[in-house]
Amino acid sequence: MRPFHYTRAGDVAEALRILSQDEGAALIAGGTDLVTLMRDGISGPSHLVDVNGLGLDEVRWLPGGGVRLGAMCRNAANDSRLRRAYPVLSEALRSGASPQIRNRASVGGNLLQQTRCTYFRLPEFACNRRNAGSGCSALQGDSHAQAIFGASSQCVAVHPSDFSVALQALDAVVLTEGTRGRRRIPVDQFFRLPGDTPQVTTELRRDELIVGVELPDSPFAARSHYVKFRERASYAFALVSAAVAVEVRSGTVRSARVALGGVAAKPWRSQAAEEALVGARLNEETIAAAGDAAARGAQPQRHNAYKVELVRRVVRQALSELG
Amino acid sequence: MDETTRESPPSRRAFLSRSLTAGAGLAALGGTGTATAAAPAVAAAAAVDPPETLPVSLTVNGRRRTLRTDPRTSLLDALREDLGLTGPKKGCNQGACGACTVLLDGTRILSCITFAVMFEGAEITTVEGLADGDRLHPVQRAFVEHDGFQCGFCTSGQITSAVGLLAENPRPSTAEIKELMSGNLCRCAAYPNIVAAVESAAEGRS
Ligand SMILES: Cc1cc2nc3c(=O)[nH]c(=O)nc-3n(C[C@H](O)[C@H](O)[C@H](O)COP(=O)(O)OP(=O)(O)OC[C@H]3O[C@@H](n4cnc5c(N)ncnc54)[C@H](O)[C@@H]3O)c2cc1C
Ligand code: FES
Ligand code: FES
Repeated sequence: MRPFHYTRAGDVAEALRILSQDEGAALIAGGTDLVTLMRDGISGPSHLVDVNGLGLDEVRWLPGGGVRLGAMCRNAANDSRLRRAYPVLSEALRSGASPQIRNRASVGGNLLQQTRCTYFRLPEFACNRRNAGSGCSALQGDSHAQAIFGASSQCVAVHPSDFSVALQALDAVVLTEGTRGRRRIPVDQFFRLPGDTPQVTTELRRDELIVGVELPDSPFAARSHYVKFRERASYAFALVSAAVAVEVRSGTVRSARVALGGVAAKPWRSQAAEEALVGARLNEETIAAAGDAAARGAQPQRHNAYKVELVRRVVRQALSELG
Repeated sequence: MDETTRESPPSRRAFLSRSLTAGAGLAALGGTGTATAAAPAVAAAAAVDPPETLPVSLTVNGRRRTLRTDPRTSLLDALREDLGLTGPKKGCNQGACGACTVLLDGTRILSCITFAVMFEGAEITTVEGLADGDRLHPVQRAFVEHDGFQCGFCTSGQITSAVGLLAENPRPSTAEIKELMSGNLCRCAAYPNIVAAVESAAEGRS
C-alpha cells in the first residue's frame, strides 16, 4: 500500500481545507470499502482525512416534515421512527453487507462505495473506470453481474449500494458542503451514468464532502418496501433489487416510486413502472404490468439476460408484499 | 502495569511481511529484476521516505496501550503483531469472512478493513478479553457445550460476533441468529452447532 499522511479532521472546514490544498487527499469514514481498494492498489491517496470526528451523526426530524441523516450515521441506524416512516430505507440498510460492516459503514461512504465489478477491482485488467482510456475488460469477459440499463461502450459496471436504491425511491437529496458553499443534489442527479467518462461516477467535486442526506415527507414513503435477490440468503450484493413506494387513496394508486438496484451504474428509477401503477387499482394485473414496464428497454450483456426476467419478478414481489 | 508504551519492535513475522511489501512496491515502480530476494527491501528503504509513524492510545481488553504505528497498519495487524493478541484471525483480509471481528465500545466491527490510527481513545475488546480470569464468558461456554466449531479458525470471530449480536438483540429468534451471524463464515460448516450455541447463550441470559 502506498504510504499516506493521516489527519483526524476536527471540523468540516479543516477537512475541506486539506481536500482543496492536497490533490491526492481522500476522506475516510468507516473504511470498509476504501481500505480494501487501497490495499489492492486501486486507490492510492497520499493523504487520508478521517471524518469520524466530525459529528454529522445525527438523525434529525425536520419541523416542516422529513428527516435528515448525517453523513456519519452508521448503516446500522436502527431508529424506530425511521422504520415506521420510511420502511424501505430500513429494509434496504438491513439487507446490506453484514452486521459488523453496517456498524462501521457510514451514510456518506455507502453512497460513494465503488462498483464491485471484478475487472475494476483487479488492477491487472483494463478498466476505463479505474484508468480512463484503458478499455473495458467486462465487454469481452464475464458480464453476469453487469448492467442492463444505462451502460455505455466504455463501462457496464453497476452501483452496488442497497441504501441508494431506497434513497432513489424516496426522492432523497444529497447535502454537500464545499469550499464554494453548500449544495442540495437530488439523488437521481447525484449519480452519473458512465457515458464517455466512466471514471466520473458522481456529481461530487474534489473539494466537497457529503454532510448528509435529506428524505422529504412524502405521501408514498410510509407504504414502501425493499426486495433484494442475491446468490445466497444473506451477506451478498444484489443481483437485482427493487425499492417500491405507493400511495393508495380510495383504492386507487395516487403516486408511486419504483427504483431498481443491481442493474445500472446508479440506482435506476423506472418511471414506466410508476406510470403503470398511477391511476390504477393495486391488483395482480397492474402489478404484473408494472413489472413488465420496469423491464422494458433493458439491454442485457452476453451473460445477464436473466436479469431482465429478475427485474419483472422482483418488482412484482415487492409490490405484492406491500399488501 | 496499566500503561504500556511500545515502539513496536519488529517481530520476525512483521519484518518478513514488510520486506515483501517493500519488494512488491519496488517491482511496481519498475525496479530491475536482477536483485536477489533480500536486496529489494534495502534498495526500497533507500529509495522512498521511511513511513511516517503516528502514536495511538487505546484501551484494549481493559488495558491502556500506546503504540506507534505506520498509518497503513490495519487494526487487525496492530492487535496481532504489535500487541500480540492473535485471537482475531486474518481469514480474508477484505471484510468477507468475519474472522477478525472485535468489539469497538461493545459494538462488533471488522478489524481488517480499518486502520489502527483511527482508534485513538477507543475501547477495543478481543476474544482474549471476554473471559473473567478462568471463568469463560457465557457465549464461550455455550460454544464449548454445543461443540460450535471444528478446526476452530473462525471461532474467535464467531464468539466475539455473537457477544456483539446479543448486546444488539438480547432475544434473537433462530431465524434472526442465522441472519445476524451471517457475517461470520465457517469453512467447516459448523453452522448448526454455532446457531445452537448462540441460542443457548441467549436463553441463559433471559
Ligand atoms: C464483504 C462486504 C459486503 C458488502 N455488502 C454490501 C451490500 O450487500 N450492500 C451494500 O449496499 N453495500 C455492501 N457493502 C459495501 C458497504 O456498504 C460499503 O463498504 C460502506 O457503505 C462504505 O462506507 P464507509 O463509511 O466504510 O466508507 P469508506 O470506505 O470510508 O469510504 C468509501 C468512499 O466514500 C468516501 N467518503 C466517505 N465518507 C464521505 C463523506 N462524508 N463525504 C465525501 N466522501 C466520503 C471515501 O473517500 C471513499 O471514497 C459490502 C462491503 C463489504 C466489504
Ligand atoms: S479477515 Fe476480516 S473479514 Fe475476513
Ligand atoms: S470451525 Fe473451521 S472454519 Fe469454522
